Amino acid sequence: MSSLTEKDGPVVQLLMTTGTCPRCILRFCCVGSQALYRRPYKDLMKDLEEFLKNNEEKEDTVYFGVVDPPCKKIRRGHTEEGPDDLSHYGALQKSPSANDENTAMENSGMKICNVCLGILQEFSEADFVKQVCQKVNSADYQFTSFVFSVSLPPQLSVRECAAWLLVKQEMGKLGLSMEKDDIVQLKEAYKWIIHPHLSEELGVPADGKSLFEVSVVFAHPETEEECHFLATACPDCFKPAKNKQSVFTRMAVIKALEKIKEEDFLKLFPCPPSSPKNLCVALEIQCNNGAIFVAGRYNKYSRNLPQTPWIIDGERKLESSVEELISEHLMAEFKADSFNFSSSGREDVDVRTLGNGRPFAIELVNPHRIHFTAEEMKRLQQTINNSSDKIQVRDLQLVTRSAIGRMKEGEEEKTKTYSALIWTDKEIQKEDIAFLDSIKELKLDQKTPLRVLHRRPLAVRYRFVHSMKTEYVDEHHFRLRLKTQAGTYIKEFVHGDFGRTMPNIGFLMNRTTDILELDVESVDVDWPPTLDD
Amino acid sequence: TGRDGAGRGGHWCLCPVADVKGRPCEDFCVLQHSNRRVGRGVICVITLAEAHPLLQNGKTITSVNYQISANCSRLQNKVSGKSKRGAQFLTELAPLCRISSSDGEEYTIYSCIRGRLIEVNENIISNPRLLQEKPSTEGYIAVVLPKFEESKSVTQGLLTQKEYEEVLLKRLNSSS
Repeated sequence: MSSLTEKDGPVVQLLMTTGTCPRCILRFCCVGSQALYRRPYKDLMKDLEEFLKNNEEKEDTVYFGVVDPPCKKIRRGHTEEGPDDLSHYGALQKSPSANDENTAMENSGMKICNVCLGILQEFSEADFVKQVCQKVNSADYQFTSFVFSVSLPPQLSVRECAAWLLVKQEMGKLGLSMEKDDIVQLKEAYKWIIHPHLSEELGVPADGKSLFEVSVVFAHPETEEECHFLATACPDCFKPAKNKQSVFTRMAVIKALEKIKEEDFLKLFPCPPSSPKNLCVALEIQCNNGAIFVAGRYNKYSRNLPQTPWIIDGERKLESSVEELISEHLMAEFKADSFNFSSSGREDVDVRTLGNGRPFAIELVNPHRIHFTAEEMKRLQQTINNSSDKIQVRDLQLVTRSAIGRMKEGEEEKTKTYSALIWTDKEIQKEDIAFLDSIKELKLDQKTPLRVLHRRPLAVRYRFVHSMKTEYVDEHHFRLRLKTQAGTYIKEFVHGDFGRTMPNIGFLMNRTTDILELDVESVDVDWPPTLDD
Repeated sequence: TGRDGAGRGGHWCLCPVADVKGRPCEDFCVLQHSNRRVGRGVICVITLAEAHPLLQNGKTITSVNYQISANCSRLQNKVSGKSKRGAQFLTELAPLCRISSSDGEEYTIYSCIRGRLIEVNENIISNPRLLQEKPSTEGYIAVVLPKFEESKSVTQGLLTQKEYEEVLLKRLNSSS
């Protein structure tokens, strides 16, 4: 139904007299024409009055002696009192209410709607749109579209239900039926009205899939306790809440409203709902941008740098970390709130990462800047590389969230190559290490290394050393290059870890060995895509 | 003796225990890992000390038995998860195993520290010579994880390297 028809007359009349605003009236008459909702408030009022007048002239004495719609009353300065009106007019006559918006509305003849509590009234007007846009602009975000999300106080659902029952009753008298689902949802109507305004002010379209979210939380303290009767009627809908938050969440209230019987509801809640003294309050207007992902590969040249910050008991044990050195500049450029760093495996504090480097991905949370060209990313990469000699990054690029999966995918299957500097207790000659070069696909039996056993479960894992290449240094030292399955503990393969990694280099050589230095030569993962320099 | 980390990867702190249960020269070592970064405690490894009778010339080990009582075998120790649930709990004088030598002697190896038993070295059952040839690496006895709160205090009752050297010196002087 796109517009009002004759049979809507009684409902319109009823809702107007009980204190419901024009747009809510349209909703309960299942009017689906968005344009109607967008008409200025005053015009809508006139339209409805016209409509009623026309209807009156058609009908008999049914509407005779009907109470005038509240707006007319105010204009004439009448102080006629109904049970709900008393406090309302009393307020008007005493002094302007503390709430400026209330005053404005009352002066222009708008009574605060007993169903939407002002959402489709004051909060659909230009002033509020300006307020929202001011907040958005001052928050200084880059965005190409927006999604507007609204959080309504739960008592609106209760009042909606009461109004619905009222309308259903009235329709029943006329022998008409109506489904609750036919009523236009308040949020939907609100978005019909406000999206075009916001879109115009912000200069970008509204898009349900947008990553940039403008959210408003509304509250109405005056009627907060209106939901409480539901707790006695449907106690099992309300679970005790953690953190002293209210048990009366929107979801819980809606569930209870679905459960409660109509007769019980009508016994416990006034129908029609009472007219409120105050408007809703917009508690929070917040902006949030969806996360952005930056990927790349890093080299680590320091033997004294942890991957993540090393802090024990609030004290930092080692200065900085790989993730901080990379993320610091990204955070600043993208103006993000926080970051999450992940990589394809990681190396110890004292291990260097050479070659092409290790793939990593950083999630930047709530970035204010999102537009970066390939050129700008290159410059950003240069900035990071200029700022530290401990790490270097390459192939820095924006990626999608789903692309991150590629990085973690190969973690068990991919190979890695290492270079280790090994010490032996007994003297060695070149011939003593040559045999290692011809060992292929050596299967290792590795118990969880003692150095990590305090925080990992005790287990045995099988890993393969695919190939080795030795390089004699002197009687007590040689270099070993090895290509292994991902997840192999290299240090333990060299020194044996109390014989808990078998076989190990010491065992193979029948000597006592230790590892002096370890470097990662390559991480054989072909992601992220290599960029040309 | 070369590098401290040889055979086991550096960062171990040696805490000797001398004359356990009053038995002369039955010394042990508690190796405590120095990694206190995160996690639930500091791993310790129990080994024989050089002065222990079993490591002297001429001793032949005939058996290594982890069944320390009718109801308790250290071989049945099963741990699961990061917190090592199900581990047998040890006090300082809890026996870990009993070792017999060909000259008819029997020696009990004690835990020396409080904590959860993580694993015992099964290799020395089939190859007791490992215990004698590489007592502080491949011939270790057991791995124990003290309670997190006791990580620092667990070795306080033990000797420092210096104090142990004084004990050894005293023995030398009294026997000569």
